[in-house]
Amino acid sequence: MAAVTLTLNNELISAREGQTLLEVIRDHGVDLPTLCHLDGLSERGACRLCMVEVEGTSRLLAACVTPVQEGMNIRTDSDRLLRYRKMLVELLLAERSHVCSVCTMNGKCELQALAVRLGIDHVRYEALHPALPVDASHGRFVLDHNRCILCGRCLRACDEVEGAHTLDVMGRGVRSRIIVDFNQPWGSSFTCTGCGKCVQVCPTGAMVARENIAGRVEKRPDFLLRILDGRQKRVWRW
Amino acid sequence: MNRVELQAMAETERNRQKAFQCRFLCCVGTPCLSAGGGVVQEALKQAIAVQGLDATVEVVGAGCMGPCSRGPLVRVLPAGGEEAIYEHMTPEKAGALVEAFAGPGCSSFPEESRISSDSPFFGKQVKIVLSGSGRVDPDRLESCVAEGAYTALAHALREMTPEEVCQEVVRSGLRGRGGAGYPTGVKWNLMRKAQGERKIVVANGDEGDPGAYMDRTLMESDPHRVLEGMALAAYAVGADQGYVYVRGEYPLAAQRIQRAIQAAERQGLLGNRILESRFNFRVDVRMGAGAFVCGEETALMASIMGRRGQPVPRPPYPAQRGLWGLPTLINNVETFGNIAPIIQHGGEWYAGYGTEKSRGTKVFALAGKVSWTGLIEVPLGITLREIVFDIGGGIPGGRSFKAAQTGGPSGGCIPAAHLDTPMDYESLQELGSIMGSGGLIVMDDRSCMPDVAKFFMEFCMDESCGKCAPCRGGTVQMVRLLQRITDGGAAPEDLEQLKELCLLLKETSLCGLGQTAPNPVLSTLRHFREEYDAHIREGRCPAGVCDLSGNSME
Amino acid sequence: MDSLDSASPQSPRTSDFRDNADARFKVIDRVIKRHQFQQDALIEVLTAAQESFGYLREDVLAYVARRLQLPPSWVYGVATFYHFFSLQPQGHHQCIVCLGTACYVARSAEILAALEKRFGMKAGQTTSDGELSLTTTRCLGSCGLAPVLVLDGEILGRQSAESAVTRVEALLHETESPSSQAVSRSTESEEKP
Repeated sequence: MAAVTLTLNNELISAREGQTLLEVIRDHGVDLPTLCHLDGLSERGACRLCMVEVEGTSRLLAACVTPVQEGMNIRTDSDRLLRYRKMLVELLLAERSHVCSVCTMNGKCELQALAVRLGIDHVRYEALHPALPVDASHGRFVLDHNRCILCGRCLRACDEVEGAHTLDVMGRGVRSRIIVDFNQPWGSSFTCTGCGKCVQVCPTGAMVARENIAGRVEKRPDFLLRILDGRQKRVWRW
Repeated sequence: MNRVELQAMAETERNRQKAFQCRFLCCVGTPCLSAGGGVVQEALKQAIAVQGLDATVEVVGAGCMGPCSRGPLVRVLPAGGEEAIYEHMTPEKAGALVEAFAGPGCSSFPEESRISSDSPFFGKQVKIVLSGSGRVDPDRLESCVAEGAYTALAHALREMTPEEVCQEVVRSGLRGRGGAGYPTGVKWNLMRKAQGERKIVVANGDEGDPGAYMDRTLMESDPHRVLEGMALAAYAVGADQGYVYVRGEYPLAAQRIQRAIQAAERQGLLGNRILESRFNFRVDVRMGAGAFVCGEETALMASIMGRRGQPVPRPPYPAQRGLWGLPTLINNVETFGNIAPIIQHGGEWYAGYGTEKSRGTKVFALAGKVSWTGLIEVPLGITLREIVFDIGGGIPGGRSFKAAQTGGPSGGCIPAAHLDTPMDYESLQELGSIMGSGGLIVMDDRSCMPDVAKFFMEFCMDESCGKCAPCRGGTVQMVRLLQRITDGGAAPEDLEQLKELCLLLKETSLCGLGQTAPNPVLSTLRHFREEYDAHIREGRCPAGVCDLSGNSME
Repeated sequence: MDSLDSASPQSPRTSDFRDNADARFKVIDRVIKRHQFQQDALIEVLTAAQESFGYLREDVLAYVARRLQLPPSWVYGVATFYHFFSLQPQGHHQCIVCLGTACYVARSAEILAALEKRFGMKAGQTTSDGELSLTTTRCLGSCGLAPVLVLDGEILGRQSAESAVTRVEALLHETESPSSQAVSRSTESEEKP
């Protein structure tokens, strides 16, 4: 594949044609935050955290869905971008009830880690605190809507990797919610294979395994790539 | 049917019409029908039957005539004489009209309820898209053909290459009438060159902006005009399948388009081997189910494919990979309404109207606090003042003009100081508004601008699809802030936070809905900042709309 | 939903709609056939289903999903995305208040507030006796007649809070007294102020 050269934060770098900006940026060790992106899943372009500045266009571009082009001049760390990232995470924190101290994922949560990294010590927006249920009907997993950020990783893993499409989103706007089958208790699902991929890829405490509730949480979102390589390329990296 | 037969059909229908001593055209658009137009039409028919005049007088349904608030409207066309439009028709008035016109010397126009033909409402209008509206019977193909429907298509199929059709549209300078104003010809050329097994043309009739009903009117009044434009586009870009996506709230428009498709297919004007050429083009209707975001092209495609109407990131653009992965051309219904006249009269003729960068005419739905509300078509570049005060007849009740809202939830409010702004894409954008699809709502001094901003932000919050974080969470927070302002509980910092959120949504949202959602807030902040300050600092609503006592329930 | 809650993780009520001789399912079948069983026709099929059943019952959603071979959550997600679909039974009478810009400027919010107060309900709800559903819409394109109200499909222009309440009361009263039901609803409401 042809090589292209571009500038990333004032540094001249090279990349392969067909890569996304996010791939290129991460290849070069720049840690651009994302929540909805996950290696192995299709891009959703929903969290908007990976927005970057590209010279020549006044619009910000989402790195996860922008193909790399020869001669691009990219900035990932301007004041404007940092400000927006902070605001986006604050909006997510205000949207549901994220109380870290009582969350199983405390210390392992991607949202929490990101908030810390961005220096968010308080949320400037009105907390919406919607009264959402916790679905503990499944024998092995728990779904807590209060900690969900609607990144859509779980439903993509369920659809694209497991092939079950047990999960989807109902409603729209701020009332959107992850559902199981006909919006029914997870335990009563007749399409769920119980594979647990959704739990493994969930960045927050919205989906956890029951055995984790009291103890330590070990999620392995990177296992998706291993499965996919095994299926498609017949190679197993571990 | 071939070209000669098409001409023959037109000739026959024209002769049939000429044979009548007098023709009554009753508006059968939604506004006139809801004002009682159906009853009026029946009364006219009955009066004619009673007097035994069926052979010499005809009563037909026709599309929109313009001044919708004065409906039901009836246009009278006496043989060889001048025509007249009558407003606020009732069954009683209908009887009187028949008496006056149907007699032997039918040239005396009763003055009661007659809209003067030199009324300024009509004076400054130029009807290109709407040339057939209010004149043709939308449910009769013959009537549309008599006014020239499918002539441009017949001409193009015989005399022009697809490339030439694209070039003619480029020359016309036509820009997308859905709001963004992308040059139509450029889009077509890109699409023509796109590689694909098959290609698809979509007419976007998901007219969700509140206060805008141009597309519905065109589909209801002159459906063949839209279909002919789509067929010309399909020929120009090499497509063989079309969809008309009709907003769910518009059942009548969908029905008329559906009937028009069937009639055109029966006559070989759509379907296989159109006009006995080698060009095939099938059109299907798809109904929306109530989601504003489906006006966005990627959401619209998701909806046509039966999915949740959520936008997906571009690229790939629809012209590269659209419906079912095929190259897809999406234009607004009104854009397609311009095509047949452009092909018929030439791009240069069309470019003769409007301004240098905004050519041609635009249909606006004029509503709100003006004396004459309704549907108007004006050359681009006309000033807002001319629209509001000449065509619209000014503000009723001795009130004063405060602002005109264009572009719906994606647009902004233009204050009195800018009444002399020419209505074109660039000027409106400079003022912080947009052309939008063409809704133009006039507000008088009794409208509160922060309240209007809140209204639009609530709209965007309700209509946000919920996919991307800034739009989903940001619209809610902005509604809360605006609510606090209009409740009298806001602090000056709230305004800063509001502005910051405006920028966030504008720059980081996934689709046009979120990106433009801040516009009503930004434009009112820019032009009516003192009203925000009055609410926040003085606890006072200058327009007297908001209850700032803090007793408000929500 | 209740039956599903208690169900073991098995396919729900497979026999239910097999045995269901309800002719309304045949209407759905016809639409599905017309669209050659294409999954892309989901919205058209749901529209037809809602027209025949009045709302989208869960067994109806399940039926549609199985016939189109779509997963349940997909169908449920689409049905809850669009405003036109209702998963709850609708009232005997429908009252829609337009909250489009022109109507809003003409104070249609006051009409809505008056109706909500008078009938003790919020927009989007149906009265407990199942008589009246109150909903809002964002522009019907009848802006020349603002503010606009739609009662059982009939568009009423230039309304006020008082006139709206009176019209809805009249409509409800009509069904209360069976003797007046014989009178065609549309003509009667024409004459009411």
